[in-house]
Parts: sequence; C-alpha cells; structure tokens
Amino acid sequence: MSNMQYQTLHQLIKLAAEHNKRISEIVLAVEAEQKQERPEVLRNQMLTIWHVMQQAIKRGLTEDVKSLSGLSGGDGKRLASVTPKLLSRQVARAAATALAVGEVNAAMGRIVACPTAGSCGIVPAALAFAMEQFKVSEEDVIMGLFTAAGIGIVCSLNASISGAEGGCQAECGVAAAMAAAALTELGGGTPEQVGHAVAFCLTNMLGLVCDPVAGLVEVPCILRNAGAIMQALLAAELALADIKSRIPADEVIGAMHEVGEALPESLRETAKGGLANTPTGKRLRSRLP
Amino acid sequence: MGKADSVFEIIGPIMLGPSSSHTAGAVYIGRMGRAVLGETPVQAVIQLHGSFALTGRGHGTDKAIVAGLLGFDPDDERIPRALELAKEAGIVVKFRKVDLGEDHHPNTARLLLEDSKGTHLEITASSVGGGNISVEEIDGLPVKLSGESHTLVTIHKDQPGIVAKTTALIARYGVNISTMNVSRQHRGGPAAMAIEMDQPLPPEALRELEKWVQMARLIPPLY
Repeated sequence: MSNMQYQTLHQLIKLAAEHNKRISEIVLAVEAEQKQERPEVLRNQMLTIWHVMQQAIKRGLTEDVKSLSGLSGGDGKRLASVTPKLLSRQVARAAATALAVGEVNAAMGRIVACPTAGSCGIVPAALAFAMEQFKVSEEDVIMGLFTAAGIGIVCSLNASISGAEGGCQAECGVAAAMAAAALTELGGGTPEQVGHAVAFCLTNMLGLVCDPVAGLVEVPCILRNAGAIMQALLAAELALADIKSRIPADEVIGAMHEVGEALPESLRETAKGGLANTPTGKRLRSRLP
Repeated sequence: MGKADSVFEIIGPIMLGPSSSHTAGAVYIGRMGRAVLGETPVQAVIQLHGSFALTGRGHGTDKAIVAGLLGFDPDDERIPRALELAKEAGIVVKFRKVDLGEDHHPNTARLLLEDSKGTHLEITASSVGGGNISVEEIDGLPVKLSGESHTLVTIHKDQPGIVAKTTALIARYGVNISTMNVSRQHRGGPAAMAIEMDQPLPPEALRELEKWVQMARLIPPLY
C-alpha cells in the first residue's frame, strides 16, 4: 500500500475498495507514509488524544464548569442528570456530552481541537456513544478517529474548516460529518456507506452561519455542538440502513464551499450578524468586561 | 487558514480553550516572541489588533500570549494564571489595543519585548486559524515565518555577500533550506533573513554567523 493519496472522498472510498480495507486503515496508512512514521506511533499519538477527549467529557459531565464571561456552563451536566423525556437515554447522553465538552472549552479547560476548538464536542460525543452502543474497544475508537480525520482532511482540502471562511457549517458541520463517518464505520458500515453518511450529514448542516454572541465561542457554538451530534447520529442511521444520498458526498462538500464563499462577512465569525446582532446578543456583549 | 492535509492538523492540537485561533494561536505567538528574543523578556508591551483587541479578553488571548512568553505550551494548565505568574517572576506586562491597519490579519498581535541586557525586539504575528500562526514583521522588517520548521532568523546590515555567506554556511552543515525570505529597510540599512530548514542547524553555526550578522537565532519547530 505505497504511494497512496487522496484528495476526495471518492478517491478515499476507491482506495478502501481496491485494498479491501476500511477508510480508517487507508487514512492511517497514508499518514504513516507521508510522515515517514510507523503506524504504531501514530496510533499511540491518537490514543493520547482520545484520553484528553475522555478527560474533557468527564470533567464537563461531573464538575461545575463556568466560562470567563459567565455566558455558559453547567448545561451538559444538567442534561445528563435528568431522565430524558423524548430521546433515548444514550442519545440524550450524546447531546449532553457534546454540550459538556463545549463548556469545558469555554471555561479554558483542556480539549482537543476537532477540527476546531469551537466544534470540539462533536467527535468525542460520537465516539463515547459508539463505545457504549456498539461495545467497541478502545483500539476501534482510535481507528474511528482516523476515519473522522480523513473526512476532515477532504473537507479542508475542498472547502474549509474555518468559521471565518465558511461559517459554522465549516466547523460544526465538518465535525458532524467526521462524527457520522466514524459512527458508520464503527457500526459496521462499508466505506461506501461512510460516504453516504458524510453526504447526509453535510446536507443537513449546509448553510449554517457563524454568529457568535460577543465574538465568544459560547453562544450559540456550544448548543450547535449538541445539534451537530444529532445530525451525525441521523446520518449514520440512514447510511447503515443502506439509504443512499442522491448527491454524492464530494459534490455536497463542493456545495458547502460555494455556500461558504457566498456568506456575507457578517455571518462569518465577525459577531456582526445573526444571533450576535439580536437585541439580547448586543446587550450581552455590552455587559462583558 | 491554510489547508490542513494531515491527521493531527484536523484532530489537534491538545489545548486549553476556548479558541484555537484566539487562545492556542496566541500562545504560539508568545512562544515565537520568546524564541526570537532568545530568553524570557523582562518587559513586554503587547499590542492587540482587530479581533484580538475586540474579543481577546473573553478568549483569554492576553493570558495566552503571556503564557507563551513564559514558554508554556497551549495545553498548559497554568495559562489561566499566566498574568499572575508573570508578575511573580518580575516581568512587567502592559496591554494596548491598537489599529495596525487593514493590511493586517484580524487576529494580529505586535509584541515589544526587552531582554535582561536591555535589548529591544519588536515582532508582529498573526493567528491564521486552527492554532497556526504566521510571523509578519521583525523589528519593522517584513518577514514570513510559519514556525512549522527549524528556522534561522537574522538581523544584519544590508551589504553584498551576507546572504551568500549565510546559505553557504548552512550548506556546509548539510542542512537543506526549504523556504527563505530576505528584506531590508533601505539599501545599506537594517535587513532581516528568515530561513526555514528541513534539519536543525547546530548551535556552533551561530558563532560563525555572528561574525557577519548582528543577531542570529535558531528557532525549533513550534508544533
């Protein structure tokens, strides 16, 4: 498996099919080749990252975290402490986890940018969910992170992973697609189904604007981490049911790029539009130190 | 931001929140200032431009830059206490909100640093996304530096042969140059070189370099 490269999801899926491998294995092999590093070393590096993610989850769900601004903290812990009325216990837990990690981030806690700090709760929430739901091992979770990373790379190369460039769809949207891909692979899906999960997820996240109140990574970013994990779960469920996206994943990524370019500056992390520009959003800003 | 094309650019860095650009990137800007100065500064005036000035406080950008000046990593649990720790270490830190003009990236800081011998350094750097930074100016001279590679930075007097002598020296150590930029204020005036290399240059090379440049620093990769 030498001289492999991918820039699109189509290429990634094709490589997996040709070598009879999972997406995660291709992503790991390509990375090992590019970095001239043994796969074992990269898996260990990813294990360290997973442990940081787990610590952030635990902290957010059990401790009272509060941000510097006082705008956020405690919602993840609260959701995890009640009996859910609509969602299954596991799905509500995934939402609580995404909120909790976002809150730890806002409180200057230790997290892993995935792909960014503002969207750091989504992939950890998906993997914690997979561990419980699919009873997969820690080694499987590590490979799930490589699947997720491969999707992030393709989105970064063909669109953007920066809210300032592409809006929230580029951050929470890409994180959701990464999570959906990992969930699909860990749920036993084929590389092709992983592609459909990415397409479904980005389709539903398309157009999401970046409009942080007072310019802070709190409102609405933390809530959108929870919304994104819901979209990731739905996308993986659809893909695992062997439902196929009418628009191929790479074209959805292309659409995300086009939509991101078309977004006005006021909706790309400048805190000038959207929720940041509401009367309450402006009032919250004026009250900050 | 640049296109992230590797696994750990997408999943990472491990960092203290809340923002990869306003917090993790700000730590790297501070670390870069410290590296070019060559030691922990005794005095630092930190000018915050654009979004750094507007939302920096809520993102802990002030603490993060000072943490970098103290040599901390972006995931150091001491970042929230960096201002107190700097004070305890006897470092005088001042913050200023500035407008550096539209040519500068919205997430830009200019650091005016002084070392224990009274030497001054001015460095301007931007946080360009995902925790990555780009140095824009050193002592007012335009210099492009990403911090991703082993880097040699020099301040020297513009005169014929300096660049050739420097690259010949690097070649003698078997080190490969990946990128290089040179700038000067005016002919015969102060000039700077920033050379990014595939391998580290051994410290003894600096002693030779210092025969023809005023200042030379070797900066290991930030990430």
